Amino acid sequence: MTAGTAQNPILKIDGVGVTFADLKALQDVSFNVEPGEKLALLGHNGAGKSTLFKCVLGFLKPAAGRITVAGDAPGSDHARRSVSYLPEQVAFPRMLTGIEIITYFAKLKSVDPREALPLLDLVGLSQAGRRRVGDYSKGMRQRLGLAQALIGKPDLLLLDEPTSGLDPVSRREFYEIIDRVAQEGAAVLLSSHALTEVEGHVDRIAILSKGRLVADGNIKALAEAARLPITIRIKAREGQADALSDRFGGTRINGRSVELSCEPGAKIDLVSRLTQRREEIDDIDIALPSLDDIYRFYSNRAEKGDAA
Amino acid sequence: MSPFTKLLAVASIEFRVALRNRWLILATGVMTLFSLALTFSGAGGLELKAGILTLAAASLATLSVYLIPLIALLISYDSIAGEVERGTMALVLATPISRGALLAGKALGLIAVLAIAIAASLTISSAAAIFAYGMDMSGLAAIVRLGLTGLLLGAVFVAIGMMISVASPRAGQAAAVAIGVWLVATVLYDLALLAGILADKEGVFTKALFPYFVTANPGDAFRIFNLAGLENAAPVSGLDGIANTLPFSATYALVGLFAWLVAALAAGYFQIRRLTP
Repeated sequence: MTAGTAQNPILKIDGVGVTFADLKALQDVSFNVEPGEKLALLGHNGAGKSTLFKCVLGFLKPAAGRITVAGDAPGSDHARRSVSYLPEQVAFPRMLTGIEIITYFAKLKSVDPREALPLLDLVGLSQAGRRRVGDYSKGMRQRLGLAQALIGKPDLLLLDEPTSGLDPVSRREFYEIIDRVAQEGAAVLLSSHALTEVEGHVDRIAILSKGRLVADGNIKALAEAARLPITIRIKAREGQADALSDRFGGTRINGRSVELSCEPGAKIDLVSRLTQRREEIDDIDIALPSLDDIYRFYSNRAEKGDAA
Repeated sequence: MSPFTKLLAVASIEFRVALRNRWLILATGVMTLFSLALTFSGAGGLELKAGILTLAAASLATLSVYLIPLIALLISYDSIAGEVERGTMALVLATPISRGALLAGKALGLIAVLAIAIAASLTISSAAAIFAYGMDMSGLAAIVRLGLTGLLLGAVFVAIGMMISVASPRAGQAAAVAIGVWLVATVLYDLALLAGILADKEGVFTKALFPYFVTANPGDAFRIFNLAGLENAAPVSGLDGIANTLPFSATYALVGLFAWLVAALAAGYFQIRRLTP
Protein backbone atom coordinates (compact mmCIF):
# COMPACT_ATOMS: atom_id res chain seq x y z
CA MET A 1 0.00 0.00 0.00
CA THR A 2 1.31 3.42 -0.92
CA ALA A 3 1.73 6.10 1.68
CA GLY A 4 1.27 9.68 0.59
CA THR A 5 3.83 12.40 1.16
CA ALA A 6 3.34 15.77 2.82
CA GLN A 7 2.62 17.33 -0.58
CA ASN A 8 0.27 14.51 -1.31
CA PRO A 9 -2.61 14.34 1.20
CA ILE A 10 -4.13 10.92 1.62
CA LEU A 11 -7.58 12.49 1.72
CA LYS A 12 -8.55 15.57 -0.28
CA ILE A 13 -11.99 17.08 0.12
CA ASP A 14 -12.62 19.98 -2.20
CA GLY A 15 -15.82 22.01 -2.27
CA VAL A 16 -18.07 19.06 -1.51
CA GLY A 17 -21.83 19.55 -1.44
CA VAL A 18 -24.57 16.98 -0.78
CA THR A 19 -28.30 17.66 -0.91
CA PHE A 20 -31.08 15.35 0.31
CA ALA A 21 -34.41 16.51 -1.12
CA ASP A 22 -34.51 20.12 0.17
CA LEU A 23 -31.93 19.63 2.94
CA LYS A 24 -28.40 20.84 2.25
CA ALA A 25 -26.51 18.14 4.17
CA LEU A 26 -23.08 19.43 3.13
CA GLN A 27 -22.15 22.75 1.56
CA ASP A 28 -18.79 23.64 0.07
CA VAL A 29 -16.74 21.56 2.53
CA SER A 30 -12.99 21.52 1.88
CA PHE A 31 -10.07 20.14 3.86
CA ASN A 32 -7.18 17.73 3.49
CA VAL A 33 -5.76 15.06 5.76
CA GLU A 34 -2.03 14.31 5.55
CA PRO A 35 -0.38 10.97 6.28
CA GLY A 36 0.31 10.58 9.99
CA GLU A 37 -2.12 13.33 10.91
CA LYS A 38 -4.96 12.92 13.40
CA LEU A 39 -7.93 15.12 12.61
CA ALA A 40 -11.14 15.28 14.63
CA LEU A 41 -14.31 16.23 12.81
CA LEU A 42 -16.69 17.81 15.29
CA GLY A 43 -20.36 18.59 14.97
CA HIS A 44 -23.77 18.15 16.52
CA ASN A 45 -25.98 15.26 15.49
CA GLY A 46 -27.09 16.05 11.97
CA ALA A 47 -24.18 18.41 11.26
CA GLY A 48 -23.14 16.24 8.30
CA LYS A 49 -20.31 14.15 9.77
CA SER A 50 -21.71 10.77 8.81
CA THR A 51 -22.78 12.09 5.41
CA LEU A 52 -19.21 13.21 4.76
CA PHE A 53 -17.91 9.79 5.81
CA LYS A 54 -20.33 8.10 3.44
CA CYS A 55 -18.98 10.30 0.65
CA VAL A 56 -15.38 9.38 1.49
CA LEU A 57 -16.36 5.68 1.45
CA GLY A 58 -18.05 6.08 -1.92
CA PHE A 59 -21.52 5.18 -0.59
CA LEU A 60 -22.83 8.63 -1.54
CA LYS A 61 -21.91 10.67 -4.61
CA PRO A 62 -21.55 14.38 -3.82
CA ALA A 63 -23.61 16.67 -6.02
CA ALA A 64 -20.78 19.21 -6.04
CA GLY A 65 -17.04 19.17 -5.47
CA ARG A 66 -14.49 16.41 -5.52
CA ILE A 67 -13.02 13.89 -3.09
CA THR A 68 -9.91 11.83 -3.63
CA VAL A 69 -8.71 9.01 -1.39
CA ALA A 70 -5.05 8.09 -2.00
CA GLY A 71 -5.36 9.87 -5.34
CA ASP A 72 -8.38 7.89 -6.50
CA ALA A 73 -12.13 8.31 -6.55
CA PRO A 74 -13.96 7.18 -3.37
CA GLY A 75 -15.34 3.67 -3.70
CA SER A 76 -12.77 2.68 -6.34
CA ASP A 77 -10.84 -0.51 -5.66
CA HIS A 78 -7.65 1.37 -4.80
CA ALA A 79 -9.49 3.82 -2.53
CA ARG A 80 -11.19 0.97 -0.66
CA ARG A 81 -7.83 -0.76 -0.22
CA SER A 82 -6.42 2.41 1.33
CA VAL A 83 -9.22 3.27 3.72
CA SER A 84 -10.60 1.44 6.75
CA TYR A 85 -13.90 2.28 8.34
CA LEU A 86 -15.29 1.97 11.84
CA PRO A 87 -18.96 2.98 11.90
CA GLU A 88 -20.72 4.46 14.88
CA GLN A 89 -22.37 1.59 16.81
CA VAL A 90 -20.36 -1.04 14.97
CA ALA A 91 -22.21 -4.34 14.54
CA PHE A 92 -21.18 -7.82 13.44
CA PRO A 93 -23.17 -10.99 12.80
CA ARG A 94 -23.99 -12.16 16.34
CA MET A 95 -23.47 -15.83 15.62
CA LEU A 96 -19.81 -15.45 14.58
CA THR A 97 -16.79 -15.42 16.89
CA GLY A 98 -14.19 -12.65 17.06
CA ILE A 99 -11.64 -14.87 15.32
CA GLU A 100 -14.08 -15.66 12.52
CA ILE A 101 -14.88 -11.97 12.03
CA ILE A 102 -11.20 -10.97 11.78
CA THR A 103 -10.47 -13.90 9.44
CA TYR A 104 -13.43 -12.91 7.26
CA PHE A 105 -12.46 -9.25 6.98
CA ALA A 106 -8.82 -10.14 6.37
CA LYS A 107 -9.92 -12.20 3.37
CA LEU A 108 -12.17 -9.40 2.12
CA LYS A 109 -9.16 -7.05 2.35
CA SER A 110 -6.82 -9.55 0.66
CA VAL A 111 -4.70 -9.91 3.81
CA ASP A 112 -3.40 -13.22 5.15
CA PRO A 113 -5.62 -13.97 8.19
CA ARG A 114 -2.53 -15.12 10.13
CA GLU A 115 -1.19 -11.56 9.92
CA ALA A 116 -4.52 -10.08 11.03
CA LEU A 117 -5.33 -12.28 14.03
CA PRO A 118 -2.67 -10.76 16.36
CA LEU A 119 -4.75 -7.56 16.18
CA LEU A 120 -7.14 -9.24 18.62
CA ASP A 121 -4.32 -9.19 21.20
CA LEU A 122 -3.59 -5.54 20.40
CA VAL A 123 -7.16 -4.50 21.25
CA GLY A 124 -7.28 -6.77 24.30
CA LEU A 125 -9.63 -9.43 22.94
CA SER A 126 -7.30 -12.42 22.84
CA GLN A 127 -9.33 -14.16 25.57
CA ALA A 128 -12.67 -13.43 23.88
CA GLY A 129 -11.62 -14.45 20.35
CA ARG A 130 -13.44 -17.77 20.49
CA ARG A 131 -16.63 -16.35 21.92
CA ARG A 132 -19.57 -15.28 19.81
CA VAL A 133 -19.95 -11.57 19.14
CA GLY A 134 -23.54 -11.79 20.40
CA ASP A 135 -22.11 -12.26 23.90
CA TYR A 136 -19.74 -9.25 23.64
CA SER A 137 -20.30 -6.04 25.57
CA LYS A 138 -20.59 -2.79 23.64
CA GLY A 139 -17.00 -1.91 24.48
CA MET A 140 -15.77 -5.29 23.24
CA ARG A 141 -17.66 -4.87 19.97
CA GLN A 142 -16.04 -1.47 19.55
CA ARG A 143 -12.59 -3.01 20.18
CA LEU A 144 -13.32 -5.72 17.63
CA GLY A 145 -14.39 -2.96 15.23
CA LEU A 146 -11.06 -1.23 15.75
CA ALA A 147 -9.15 -4.48 15.18
CA GLN A 148 -11.10 -4.92 11.96
CA ALA A 149 -10.24 -1.38 10.88
CA LEU A 150 -6.53 -1.95 11.49
CA ILE A 151 -6.31 -5.04 9.23
CA GLY A 152 -3.75 -4.54 6.47
CA LYS A 153 -2.28 -1.27 7.80
CA PRO A 154 -4.65 1.13 6.02
CA ASP A 155 -3.41 4.57 4.89
CA LEU A 156 -6.54 6.29 6.17
CA LEU A 157 -8.64 5.34 9.20
CA LEU A 158 -12.17 6.66 9.17
CA LEU A 159 -13.65 6.40 12.67
CA ASP A 160 -17.24 7.55 13.23
CA GLU A 161 -17.68 8.53 16.90
CA PRO A 162 -15.32 5.73 17.88
CA THR A 163 -15.22 6.30 21.62
CA SER A 164 -18.89 6.97 22.33
CA GLY A 165 -20.01 4.36 24.83
CA LEU A 166 -16.49 3.43 25.93
CA ASP A 167 -15.49 3.70 29.59
CA PRO A 168 -12.59 6.08 30.41
CA VAL A 169 -10.00 3.30 30.62
CA SER A 170 -11.02 1.78 27.29
CA ARG A 171 -11.07 5.25 25.79
CA ARG A 172 -7.49 5.91 26.85
CA GLU A 173 -6.35 2.53 25.46
CA PHE A 174 -8.22 3.31 22.27
CA TYR A 175 -6.33 6.57 21.76
CA GLU A 176 -3.02 4.88 22.57
CA ILE A 177 -3.60 2.52 19.66
CA ILE A 178 -4.65 5.41 17.41
CA ASP A 179 -1.45 7.28 18.35
CA ARG A 180 0.63 4.27 17.46
CA VAL A 181 -0.88 3.76 14.01
CA ALA A 182 -0.60 7.49 13.28
CA GLN A 183 3.08 7.37 14.23
CA GLU A 184 3.47 4.56 11.70
CA GLY A 185 2.14 6.93 9.03
CA ALA A 186 -1.61 6.32 8.87
CA ALA A 187 -3.91 9.32 8.64
CA VAL A 188 -6.78 9.28 11.12
CA LEU A 189 -10.07 11.10 10.61
CA LEU A 190 -12.41 10.63 13.55
CA SER A 191 -15.70 12.27 14.33
CA SER A 192 -17.03 13.30 17.70
CA HIS A 193 -19.72 15.54 19.09
CA ALA A 194 -17.64 16.92 21.95
CA LEU A 195 -14.35 18.76 21.86
CA THR A 196 -13.57 17.64 25.40
CA GLU A 197 -13.52 14.03 24.21
CA VAL A 198 -10.81 14.50 21.61
CA GLU A 199 -8.69 17.12 23.41
CA GLY A 200 -5.09 16.03 23.67
CA HIS A 201 -5.62 13.13 21.27
CA VAL A 202 -5.67 14.84 17.87
CA ASP A 203 -3.44 17.26 15.97
CA ARG A 204 -6.19 19.27 14.39
CA ILE A 205 -9.91 19.80 14.62
CA ALA A 206 -12.46 20.71 11.99
CA ILE A 207 -15.95 21.81 13.02
CA LEU A 208 -18.99 21.11 10.89
CA SER A 209 -22.18 23.01 11.58
CA LYS A 210 -25.33 22.54 9.50
CA GLY A 211 -23.28 21.06 6.69
CA ARG A 212 -20.69 23.82 6.58
CA LEU A 213 -17.09 23.76 7.72
CA VAL A 214 -16.89 26.59 10.25
CA ALA A 215 -13.43 26.00 11.73
CA ASP A 216 -10.26 24.12 10.83
CA GLY A 217 -7.03 24.27 12.80
CA ASN A 218 -5.35 23.21 16.02
CA ILE A 219 -7.19 23.77 19.28
CA LYS A 220 -4.84 26.51 20.54
CA ALA A 221 -5.09 28.55 17.34
CA LEU A 222 -8.86 28.19 17.26
CA ALA A 223 -9.14 29.24 20.89
CA GLU A 224 -7.04 32.36 20.22
CA ALA A 225 -8.90 33.22 17.05
CA ALA A 226 -12.22 32.94 18.84
CA ARG A 227 -11.10 35.71 21.28
CA LEU A 228 -13.49 34.42 23.90
CA PRO A 229 -13.58 36.49 27.10
CA ILE A 230 -11.74 35.27 30.17
CA THR A 231 -13.75 35.18 33.36
CA ILE A 232 -12.16 36.49 36.56
CA ARG A 233 -14.03 35.89 39.78
CA ILE A 234 -12.95 37.95 42.76
CA LYS A 235 -13.88 37.04 46.29
CA ALA A 236 -13.91 40.29 48.26
CA ARG A 237 -12.98 40.68 51.90
CA GLU A 238 -15.80 41.55 54.34
CA GLY A 239 -17.66 44.65 53.17
CA GLN A 240 -15.41 45.35 50.18
CA ALA A 241 -17.56 43.85 47.43
CA ASP A 242 -19.39 47.09 46.62
CA ALA A 243 -16.16 49.05 46.36
CA LEU A 244 -14.62 46.49 44.01
CA SER A 245 -17.74 46.34 41.92
CA ASP A 246 -17.84 50.14 41.62
CA ARG A 247 -14.19 50.26 40.56
CA PHE A 248 -14.01 47.34 38.12
CA GLY A 249 -17.64 46.87 37.01
CA GLY A 250 -18.73 43.30 36.47
CA THR A 251 -21.52 41.36 38.10
CA ARG A 252 -22.15 40.91 41.82
CA ILE A 253 -22.77 37.31 42.82
CA ASN A 254 -23.17 35.51 46.14
CA GLY A 255 -22.94 38.73 48.16
CA ARG A 256 -19.18 38.66 48.47
CA SER A 257 -18.04 37.91 44.92
CA VAL A 258 -17.70 39.92 41.74
CA GLU A 259 -17.36 38.38 38.31
CA LEU A 260 -15.43 40.22 35.62
CA SER A 261 -14.80 39.28 32.05
CA CYS A 262 -12.07 40.56 29.78
CA GLU A 263 -10.49 40.06 26.38
CA PRO A 264 -7.58 37.58 26.38
CA GLY A 265 -5.14 40.43 25.59
CA ALA A 266 -6.33 42.54 28.55
CA LYS A 267 -5.88 39.79 31.12
CA ILE A 268 -2.43 40.74 32.49
CA ASP A 269 -3.38 44.38 32.72
CA LEU A 270 -6.57 43.64 34.62
CA VAL A 271 -4.88 41.22 37.01
CA SER A 272 -2.14 43.74 37.82
CA ARG A 273 -4.75 46.42 38.53
CA LEU A 274 -6.55 43.95 40.78
CA THR A 275 -3.43 43.12 42.76
CA GLN A 276 -3.03 46.82 43.52
CA ARG A 277 -6.26 46.48 45.56
CA ARG A 278 -4.74 43.52 47.43
CA GLU A 279 -6.19 44.60 50.77
CA GLU A 280 -9.80 44.41 49.50
CA ILE A 281 -9.47 40.97 47.90
CA ASP A 282 -9.62 37.58 49.54
CA ASP A 283 -9.11 35.38 46.48
CA ILE A 284 -9.00 35.46 42.66
CA ASP A 285 -10.12 32.72 40.26
CA ILE A 286 -9.25 32.93 36.56
CA ALA A 287 -11.33 30.75 34.22
CA LEU A 288 -10.13 30.40 30.65
CA PRO A 289 -12.80 29.63 28.08
CA SER A 290 -13.49 25.90 28.16
CA LEU A 291 -13.27 23.65 25.14
CA ASP A 292 -17.04 23.47 25.12
CA ASP A 293 -17.18 27.28 25.02
CA ILE A 294 -14.85 27.32 22.01
CA TYR A 295 -16.83 24.63 20.26
CA ARG A 296 -20.11 26.41 21.01
CA PHE A 297 -18.64 29.68 19.74
CA TYR A 298 -17.84 28.26 16.30
CA SER A 299 -21.04 26.28 16.02
CA ASN A 300 -23.23 29.20 17.05
CA ARG A 301 -21.40 31.66 14.86
CA ALA A 302 -22.37 29.59 11.86
CA GLU A 303 -25.98 29.40 12.98
CA LYS A 304 -26.19 33.16 13.46
CA GLY A 305 -24.68 33.56 10.00
CA ASP A 306 -27.53 31.42 8.71
CA ALA A 307 -30.15 33.67 10.26
CA ALA A 308 -28.59 36.86 8.93
CA MET B 1 -6.60 -12.54 -3.27
CA SER B 2 -8.75 -13.13 -6.31
CA PRO B 3 -12.38 -12.04 -6.46
CA PHE B 4 -13.29 -15.72 -6.35
CA THR B 5 -11.49 -16.23 -3.02
CA LYS B 6 -13.47 -13.33 -1.57
CA LEU B 7 -16.68 -14.77 -3.01
CA LEU B 8 -15.93 -18.07 -1.28
CA ALA B 9 -15.18 -16.25 2.00
CA VAL B 10 -18.61 -14.60 1.81
CA ALA B 11 -20.28 -17.92 0.94
CA SER B 12 -18.61 -19.69 3.85
CA ILE B 13 -19.65 -16.99 6.34
CA GLU B 14 -23.22 -16.99 5.01
CA PHE B 15 -23.35 -20.77 5.33
CA ARG B 16 -21.96 -20.67 8.86
CA VAL B 17 -24.48 -18.05 9.98
CA ALA B 18 -27.35 -20.09 8.49
CA LEU B 19 -25.99 -23.17 10.23
CA ARG B 20 -25.81 -21.46 13.63
CA ASN B 21 -29.21 -19.86 13.18
CA ARG B 22 -30.53 -23.46 12.88
CA TRP B 23 -31.77 -22.90 9.31
CA LEU B 24 -29.89 -25.94 8.01
CA ILE B 25 -31.23 -28.32 10.65
CA LEU B 26 -34.75 -26.87 10.29
CA ALA B 27 -34.78 -27.14 6.49
CA THR B 28 -33.32 -30.65 6.53
CA GLY B 29 -35.70 -31.80 9.24
CA VAL B 30 -38.85 -30.49 7.57
CA MET B 31 -37.89 -31.84 4.16
CA THR B 32 -36.90 -35.26 5.52
CA LEU B 33 -40.17 -35.52 7.39
CA PHE B 34 -42.23 -34.73 4.30
CA SER B 35 -40.14 -37.01 2.04
CA LEU B 36 -40.59 -39.94 4.39
CA ALA B 37 -44.31 -39.32 4.75
CA LEU B 38 -44.89 -39.01 0.99
CA THR B 39 -42.66 -41.96 0.12
CA PHE B 40 -44.47 -44.37 2.42
CA SER B 41 -47.98 -43.04 1.82
CA GLY B 42 -47.32 -43.49 -1.92
CA ALA B 43 -46.61 -47.17 -1.34
CA GLY B 44 -50.38 -47.79 -1.60
CA GLY B 45 -50.04 -47.32 -5.37
CA LEU B 46 -47.61 -50.22 -5.74
CA GLU B 47 -50.24 -52.40 -7.42
CA LEU B 48 -49.96 -49.93 -10.38
CA LYS B 49 -46.69 -51.73 -11.13
CA ALA B 50 -44.64 -48.58 -10.67
CA GLY B 51 -41.60 -48.80 -8.38
CA ILE B 52 -41.75 -47.34 -4.88
CA LEU B 53 -39.24 -44.59 -5.74
CA THR B 54 -41.05 -43.68 -8.96
CA LEU B 55 -44.24 -43.14 -6.97
CA ALA B 56 -42.30 -41.20 -4.36
CA ALA B 57 -40.74 -38.99 -7.05
CA ALA B 58 -44.20 -38.15 -8.38
CA SER B 59 -45.52 -37.16 -4.96
CA LEU B 60 -42.35 -35.30 -4.05
CA ALA B 61 -42.37 -33.33 -7.32
CA THR B 62 -45.78 -32.00 -6.35
CA LEU B 63 -44.85 -31.17 -2.78
CA SER B 64 -41.42 -29.68 -3.54
CA VAL B 65 -43.08 -26.97 -5.60
CA TYR B 66 -44.40 -25.50 -2.34
CA LEU B 67 -41.73 -26.46 0.15
CA ILE B 68 -38.47 -25.66 -1.66
CA PRO B 69 -39.47 -22.10 -2.69
CA LEU B 70 -40.76 -21.45 0.83
CA ILE B 71 -37.50 -22.54 2.50
CA ALA B 72 -35.41 -20.73 -0.14
CA LEU B 73 -37.28 -17.45 0.44
CA LEU B 74 -37.14 -17.86 4.22
CA ILE B 75 -33.36 -18.20 4.30
CA SER B 76 -32.71 -15.41 1.77
CA TYR B 77 -35.11 -12.54 2.46
CA ASP B 78 -33.00 -11.28 5.39
CA SER B 79 -29.58 -11.70 3.76
CA ILE B 80 -29.10 -8.09 2.60
CA ALA B 81 -31.91 -6.01 4.16
CA GLY B 82 -31.26 -7.57 7.58
CA GLU B 83 -27.55 -6.77 7.41
CA VAL B 84 -28.25 -3.20 6.34
CA GLU B 85 -30.75 -2.85 9.20
CA ARG B 86 -28.40 -4.31 11.81
CA GLY B 87 -25.55 -2.16 10.54
CA THR B 88 -23.23 -4.98 9.52
CA MET B 89 -23.38 -4.21 5.78
CA ALA B 90 -21.59 -0.84 5.76
CA LEU B 91 -18.38 -2.45 7.01
CA VAL B 92 -18.44 -5.11 4.31
CA LEU B 93 -19.17 -2.64 1.52
CA ALA B 94 -16.28 -0.45 2.71
CA THR B 95 -13.83 -3.30 2.01
CA PRO B 96 -12.47 -3.93 -1.48
CA ILE B 97 -14.96 -6.66 -2.44
CA SER B 98 -17.04 -6.14 -5.56
CA ARG B 99 -20.76 -5.99 -4.94
CA GLY B 100 -21.33 -8.66 -7.55
CA ALA B 101 -19.02 -11.05 -5.68
CA LEU B 102 -20.81 -10.21 -2.43
CA LEU B 103 -24.22 -11.02 -3.93
CA ALA B 104 -23.00 -14.19 -5.63
CA GLY B 105 -21.14 -15.33 -2.49
CA LYS B 106 -24.19 -14.92 -0.29
CA ALA B 107 -26.37 -16.75 -2.83
CA LEU B 108 -23.84 -19.57 -3.04
CA GLY B 109 -23.75 -19.99 0.76
CA LEU B 110 -27.54 -20.19 0.95
CA ILE B 111 -27.80 -22.55 -2.03
CA ALA B 112 -25.32 -24.82 -0.21
CA VAL B 113 -27.76 -24.93 2.73
CA LEU B 114 -30.53 -26.01 0.37
CA ALA B 115 -28.28 -28.54 -1.35
CA ILE B 116 -27.54 -30.26 1.94
CA ALA B 117 -31.19 -30.20 3.02
CA ILE B 118 -32.40 -31.64 -0.30
CA ALA B 119 -29.65 -34.26 -0.54
CA ALA B 120 -30.06 -35.40 3.06
CA SER B 121 -33.86 -35.64 2.95
CA LEU B 122 -33.94 -37.54 -0.37
CA THR B 123 -31.14 -39.87 0.70
CA ILE B 124 -32.83 -40.73 3.98
CA SER B 125 -36.31 -41.30 2.51
CA SER B 126 -35.01 -43.27 -0.50
CA ALA B 127 -32.77 -45.44 1.62
CA ALA B 128 -35.69 -46.19 3.93
CA ALA B 129 -37.91 -47.09 0.95
CA ILE B 130 -35.29 -49.35 -0.65
CA PHE B 131 -34.76 -51.04 2.70
CA ALA B 132 -38.50 -51.65 3.11
CA TYR B 133 -39.57 -52.49 -0.48
CA GLY B 134 -36.39 -53.34 -2.40
CA MET B 135 -34.45 -51.66 -5.18
CA ASP B 136 -36.07 -49.55 -7.92
CA MET B 137 -33.41 -48.40 -10.40
CA SER B 138 -35.54 -46.24 -12.69
CA GLY B 139 -37.16 -44.71 -9.62
CA LEU B 140 -33.72 -43.91 -8.21
CA ALA B 141 -32.87 -42.03 -11.40
CA ALA B 142 -36.11 -40.08 -11.01
CA ILE B 143 -35.16 -39.18 -7.43
CA VAL B 144 -31.70 -37.96 -8.50
CA ARG B 145 -33.29 -35.88 -11.26
CA LEU B 146 -35.76 -34.53 -8.72
CA GLY B 147 -32.98 -33.57 -6.35
CA LEU B 148 -30.91 -31.76 -8.97
CA THR B 149 -33.82 -29.85 -10.47
CA GLY B 150 -35.13 -29.17 -6.96
CA LEU B 151 -31.80 -27.50 -6.20
CA LEU B 152 -32.17 -25.43 -9.37
CA LEU B 153 -35.68 -24.45 -8.26
CA GLY B 154 -34.28 -23.55 -4.84
CA ALA B 155 -31.50 -21.49 -6.42
CA VAL B 156 -34.10 -19.56 -8.43
CA PHE B 157 -36.00 -18.66 -5.26
CA VAL B 158 -32.82 -17.86 -3.32
CA ALA B 159 -31.97 -15.41 -6.11
CA ILE B 160 -35.51 -13.99 -6.03
CA GLY B 161 -35.37 -13.73 -2.23
CA MET B 162 -32.05 -11.88 -2.41
CA MET B 163 -33.39 -9.57 -5.10
CA ILE B 164 -36.29 -8.73 -2.76
CA SER B 165 -33.84 -8.31 0.12
CA VAL B 166 -31.60 -5.89 -1.81
CA ALA B 167 -34.57 -3.80 -2.90
CA SER B 168 -36.19 -3.60 0.57
CA PRO B 169 -35.23 -0.89 3.05
CA ARG B 170 -36.30 -3.09 5.98
CA ALA B 171 -36.05 -6.81 6.67
CA GLY B 172 -39.70 -6.89 7.78
CA GLN B 173 -40.80 -5.48 4.47
CA ALA B 174 -38.63 -8.00 2.63
CA ALA B 175 -40.33 -10.80 4.60
CA ALA B 176 -43.80 -9.54 3.64
CA VAL B 177 -42.88 -9.26 -0.04
CA ALA B 178 -41.26 -12.73 0.02
CA ILE B 179 -44.41 -14.34 1.44
CA GLY B 180 -46.47 -12.51 -1.18
CA VAL B 181 -44.21 -13.77 -3.96
CA TRP B 182 -44.46 -17.31 -2.60
CA LEU B 183 -48.28 -17.17 -2.53
CA VAL B 184 -48.48 -15.84 -6.08
CA ALA B 185 -45.86 -18.19 -7.52
CA THR B 186 -47.08 -21.42 -5.94
CA VAL B 187 -50.82 -20.95 -5.45
CA LEU B 188 -52.46 -17.94 -7.07
CA TYR B 189 -50.71 -18.24 -10.44
CA ASP B 190 -51.97 -21.80 -10.95
CA LEU B 191 -55.45 -20.86 -9.76
CA ALA B 192 -55.53 -18.04 -12.29
CA LEU B 193 -54.46 -20.40 -15.06
CA LEU B 194 -57.18 -22.89 -14.09
CA ALA B 195 -59.75 -20.11 -14.06
CA GLY B 196 -58.53 -19.11 -17.51
CA ILE B 197 -59.01 -22.63 -18.84
CA LEU B 198 -62.50 -22.91 -17.35
CA ALA B 199 -63.57 -19.57 -18.82
CA ASP B 200 -61.95 -20.20 -22.18
CA LYS B 201 -63.55 -23.60 -22.93
CA GLU B 202 -60.89 -25.03 -25.27
CA GLY B 203 -60.27 -21.67 -27.00
CA VAL B 204 -57.06 -19.88 -28.02
CA PHE B 205 -55.90 -19.50 -24.44
CA THR B 206 -56.04 -23.18 -23.64
CA LYS B 207 -54.54 -24.37 -26.90
CA ALA B 208 -51.92 -21.76 -27.75
CA LEU B 209 -51.03 -19.74 -24.66
CA PHE B 210 -51.54 -22.02 -21.68
CA PRO B 211 -48.47 -24.28 -22.21
CA TYR B 212 -46.20 -21.23 -22.31
CA PHE B 213 -47.81 -19.60 -19.30
CA VAL B 214 -47.49 -22.74 -17.23
CA THR B 215 -43.84 -23.27 -18.20
CA ALA B 216 -43.04 -19.66 -17.38
CA ASN B 217 -43.75 -20.32 -13.70
CA PRO B 218 -40.60 -21.77 -12.11
CA GLY B 219 -42.52 -24.14 -9.82
CA ASP B 220 -44.70 -25.47 -12.62
CA ALA B 221 -41.68 -25.80 -14.89
CA PHE B 222 -39.94 -27.90 -12.26
CA ARG B 223 -42.99 -30.14 -11.81
CA ILE B 224 -43.61 -30.54 -15.55
CA PHE B 225 -40.01 -31.54 -16.20
CA ASN B 226 -40.00 -34.14 -13.44
CA LEU B 227 -43.40 -35.64 -14.21
CA ALA B 228 -42.57 -35.84 -17.92
CA GLY B 229 -39.49 -37.81 -16.92
CA LEU B 230 -41.68 -40.41 -15.21
CA GLU B 231 -43.28 -41.31 -18.61
CA ASN B 232 -46.76 -42.12 -17.35
CA ALA B 233 -45.36 -44.57 -14.84
CA ALA B 234 -47.14 -42.75 -12.06
CA PRO B 235 -50.65 -41.38 -11.85
CA VAL B 236 -50.85 -37.62 -12.37
CA SER B 237 -53.75 -35.27 -12.22
CA GLY B 238 -54.85 -31.65 -12.58
CA LEU B 239 -52.48 -29.18 -14.14
CA ASP B 240 -49.79 -31.84 -14.24
CA GLY B 241 -51.65 -33.67 -16.97
CA ILE B 242 -50.40 -30.91 -19.21
CA ALA B 243 -46.92 -32.33 -18.93
CA ASN B 244 -47.84 -34.96 -21.45
CA THR B 245 -49.51 -32.62 -23.93
CA LEU B 246 -46.95 -29.83 -24.20
CA PRO B 247 -46.32 -28.62 -27.76
CA PHE B 248 -42.57 -28.57 -26.97
CA SER B 249 -40.07 -30.78 -25.17
CA ALA B 250 -40.24 -30.70 -21.37
CA THR B 251 -36.51 -29.93 -21.41
CA TYR B 252 -37.46 -26.36 -22.28
CA ALA B 253 -38.94 -26.15 -18.80
CA LEU B 254 -35.37 -26.40 -17.52
CA VAL B 255 -34.32 -23.58 -19.83
CA GLY B 256 -37.08 -21.52 -18.24
CA LEU B 257 -35.72 -22.25 -14.76
CA PHE B 258 -32.21 -21.18 -15.77
CA ALA B 259 -33.61 -18.03 -17.33
CA TRP B 260 -35.30 -17.19 -14.01
CA LEU B 261 -32.06 -17.75 -12.12
CA VAL B 262 -30.06 -15.49 -14.43
CA ALA B 263 -32.77 -12.80 -14.48
CA ALA B 264 -33.17 -12.73 -10.69
CA LEU B 265 -29.40 -12.58 -10.10
CA ALA B 266 -29.06 -9.82 -12.71
CA ALA B 267 -31.86 -7.80 -11.09
CA GLY B 268 -30.23 -8.29 -7.68
CA TYR B 269 -26.87 -7.16 -9.06
CA PHE B 270 -28.46 -4.07 -10.62
CA GLN B 271 -30.01 -3.19 -7.26
CA ILE B 272 -26.99 -3.92 -5.04
CA ARG B 273 -24.80 -1.58 -7.10
CA ARG B 274 -27.06 1.26 -6.03
CA LEU B 275 -27.35 0.16 -2.40
CA THR B 276 -26.39 2.83 0.16
CA PRO B 277 -25.87 1.25 3.59
